[in-house]
Amino acid sequence: MHEMSLAENMLQLIEDAALEQQFAQVKTVWLEVGQLACVEKDSLRFYFDVVTRDSIAQQARLEIIEIPGQGMCKQCNQTVLIAAHYEACPHCGSYALQITQGDGMQIRELEVE
Amino acid sequence: MCTTCGCGIGQTRINGKSIQSHNHSDKPLNYRLLRQSPSHEHHPMPVNADHAPDTLHFGTGIAGTHAPGMSQARMVKIERDILAKNNSYAGENRRYLSEHGILALNLVSSPGSGKTTLLVKTIQALQNKLPIAVIEGDQQTDHDAARIRATGVPAIQINTGKGCHLDAHMVGHAMQQLSLQDNSLLFIENVGNLVCPSGFDLGEAHKVVILSVTEGEDKPLKYPDMFHAADLMLLNKCDLLPHLTFDVGLALEYAHRINPALPVIQISATQGSGMSAWIDWIKAECRHTPASK
Repeated sequence: MHEMSLAENMLQLIEDAALEQQFAQVKTVWLEVGQLACVEKDSLRFYFDVVTRDSIAQQARLEIIEIPGQGMCKQCNQTVLIAAHYEACPHCGSYALQITQGDGMQIRELEVE
Repeated sequence: MCTTCGCGIGQTRINGKSIQSHNHSDKPLNYRLLRQSPSHEHHPMPVNADHAPDTLHFGTGIAGTHAPGMSQARMVKIERDILAKNNSYAGENRRYLSEHGILALNLVSSPGSGKTTLLVKTIQALQNKLPIAVIEGDQQTDHDAARIRATGVPAIQINTGKGCHLDAHMVGHAMQQLSLQDNSLLFIENVGNLVCPSGFDLGEAHKVVILSVTEGEDKPLKYPDMFHAADLMLLNKCDLLPHLTFDVGLALEYAHRINPALPVIQISATQGSGMSAWIDWIKAECRHTPASK
């Protein structure tokens, strides 16, 4: 359900950008989604198609760029890649990881005309 | 259409009254009107007359002199956070709360973990010590707000309709209606849902996650985002442990895999065990909240 809210927020950001940057049609949206962000990508694609109907982003291609999850291990001080919050440090097995990347979501770029 | 909760038009209700949806029109989604900027006054965008009168069709390109077949495609970097709008409302709420010395706690859990009973017992323990107000979130009914009001404390019910979580805009509206007292305590009981409320900042000081021992020990692993976002975990219904196979040690181990520093208090809201530790935690947080000037 909240993927629909996120898709709605995306459209609003795109419409705001359209006013600022003066464009009338969006062809492609590049979206960064962190591996640790609580977002279901297929669901987001589905709702993006639904909420952009008859908008300036109608039929825009949604390109999702996955940002790997990354954490700093507080025990061995190494930066490690993790795919989920419950993963342990691959070096020392500690769960004391501070997430440093991959828990957000942002629109990076638009192809417009 | 509420942009952050995804609920239908006019479906979000605060104490039974629908709220003005934020920053969007009352028109159905497929008639999104693109506002024109002032610089466009003399160059209106071409409108295709075949469409409904409130639909703009930007078929011919913004330059106006665009020849068919010639693409005007260009790249625009925008780099914007999808949740920025919610977060800016949350920032306003947080600023208001901090100016008035109000400690706000956002209670999150699955449905049926005992949030409302916990709140009622917590209010009874604290209501002679400081002013308290409650914002209740549910998809439908004002049953929970009625239970809170029975304690004598003001409560506002937000019904999210089809929505699955409270967002900062709804909470801002509810805060206005509550006329909160300075140096008080505000509880926000979120919609029972371990998924979506984790991503939506409401402006609270802390998210408090409640897990009850009638659920599975592996809830923190199954719904990691919520346990990651929380600053305190209450393990509720502990009086039932003798009748269950729930492994407390395992549940805590899983919770600490997700959030190693997460403090946990074991309680029984109905029987009272552990409640004094929870009340002490709240009092300590109140002391850390700078008083309103």
